[in-house]
Amino acid sequence: MRDFGRRFARNRGAVIGLVILGAVLGLGLAAPVVFPGDPFQMAGKPFERPLGAFALGTDMMGRDVLAGLAHGARTSLLIGLVATVIAVVIATVLGGCAGYYGGRIDDVLMRFTEFFQTIPSFLFAIVLVAILSPRIENIIFAIAAVSWPPITRLVRGEFMAMRNREFVQACVVLGMRDRAIIFTEILPNALSPILVTGSLMVATAILIESALAFLGLGDPNVMSWGFMIGSGRTFLRTAWWLCAIPGLAILLTVLAINLVGEGLNDALNPRLKHL
Amino acid sequence: MGIARTRLRYVARRLAQAVPILLGIAVMNFLLLQLAPGDAATVLAGEAGSATPEYMAMLRQRFGLDQPLSLQLLYYVKQVLVLDLGFSFRHNMSVLALILERLGPTLLLMGTTLVLSVGFGMLLGVAAARRVGSWRDSLISILAIVSYATPLFWVGLMLIVVFSLELDWLPATGMESVAMFYEGWERIVDVARHLVLPAVTLSLFYMALYTRLMRAAVLEQSGLDYVTTARAKGLTDRRITVRHVVRNAVLPVVTMAGIQTGNLLGGSVVVESVFGWPGLGLLAFQSLFARDFNLLLGIFFVSACLVVLVNLLVDLSYTFLDPRIEAR
Repeated sequence: MRDFGRRFARNRGAVIGLVILGAVLGLGLAAPVVFPGDPFQMAGKPFERPLGAFALGTDMMGRDVLAGLAHGARTSLLIGLVATVIAVVIATVLGGCAGYYGGRIDDVLMRFTEFFQTIPSFLFAIVLVAILSPRIENIIFAIAAVSWPPITRLVRGEFMAMRNREFVQACVVLGMRDRAIIFTEILPNALSPILVTGSLMVATAILIESALAFLGLGDPNVMSWGFMIGSGRTFLRTAWWLCAIPGLAILLTVLAINLVGEGLNDALNPRLKHL
Repeated sequence: MGIARTRLRYVARRLAQAVPILLGIAVMNFLLLQLAPGDAATVLAGEAGSATPEYMAMLRQRFGLDQPLSLQLLYYVKQVLVLDLGFSFRHNMSVLALILERLGPTLLLMGTTLVLSVGFGMLLGVAAARRVGSWRDSLISILAIVSYATPLFWVGLMLIVVFSLELDWLPATGMESVAMFYEGWERIVDVARHLVLPAVTLSLFYMALYTRLMRAAVLEQSGLDYVTTARAKGLTDRRITVRHVVRNAVLPVVTMAGIQTGNLLGGSVVVESVFGWPGLGLLAFQSLFARDFNLLLGIFFVSACLVVLVNLLVDLSYTFLDPRIEAR
């Protein structure tokens, strides 16, 4: 564990990422305390410039931009995290079975996965959210539905490589059940690449969520950064900062997560070369 | 055994593999239609409200909505496979005609993006790899990692603020200045000027991706024996890079460019809605607001077909890039 910390800290980018991510997380957690009440409510005069009466100004409806930013942080992190966890669970079950059993099961599962990898993923997410109606559960479902295939292939690869190792064969000989071998023996050994890919997937999920909200497919009851940019774009000429500020928030958050992911990669797979 | 014959057989086999995927997408479209609120006929009519009862009855009959679900599925898939994607009342056109009309601008945008992103990505990747650890390498890496994290629509809006609103250099919306009635060369220049911002916006993310890939690939290749041989022969560094290393390092970039086609289509939805670029993406965006689900699903189907086609082309291009990959 101390080794892990040392290797992680050696990557300067990862430490910076962790600090930024911590700040965003803190902002999101503090939102209901610091900015109680509905972020959709009017807080003051519309189009207040930043660094005036409000730290980041107000938008066309007089909503406090900083309050929106704080509540948006909650939304982005929540959706990114939950969607990723769901995708990783699906990927672990499907990829684990495909890699462990091989043969027919592997064939069927991989055809299924390839199919979902072929269809244009963002369009698929749009179609799903549009048809199921834009609610936060549906958005999470849609993002998970387009995120699981690549990680499934990764899990399958890991399981295939480990399937014939001595410790797995020993378990088989001991008469352990398949499910126990998959989840308690192989999975813990395959955890680090899953963790690294999963952490990078959170960033992608946040980007997808913001793009959906920008296109008007966000949950109308939940404040999000993409929604703030989408509603501000009409006033680009007079109040460009209404788009610039939430965009910077997305950029910093996604950047931070990517940096942390790379740091995890360095720390968990010290021998692995990465892109 | 002629090479042409092997290649032809390979194309035929790959086409045969594409059929189940297209069938699968048609089936999924059907399932999504079932999920949509209201019965399929109202969705097929585009929820326009302007559909006559006769037309609705005709739709129900044609798609066999009075039949059991399994038969309905069969009807639907049959219709989709002959590219009968229905009619859009919002646009008063058949969905297929509408999509074909909008396909051109999207392909123009995607093609330009592909050239820009692969070109500059390779250039920057090589530039970074040839001076590993230098400030040039660090700068390019930072640029790539930031571009990689930036939401497309935000880049687009910020480029509009700077280059259209503040500097007034480039137009912010549309594909051409329709009111000017430009013709010939002037029209080409006009479209190109409109193309700059959307293409740059869409390229940025992919450029970052290809830069990182190219850098890694060049570094990997540089350590191989054939590079040592080339150096021992007395070739210059530049010649080794251009003639030998780049040629080998380009394969992963081509692979990735092929994989990214579907994402490029998704990205063009966002970019086209920002810039009002009259392509498939803008059409999808408009169909969202009109709640024209049938049109949306039509776009989805055609996009998926496009991805399958591009994947095939990429696989074929391997056999040209690297003759060792047998077209089996």
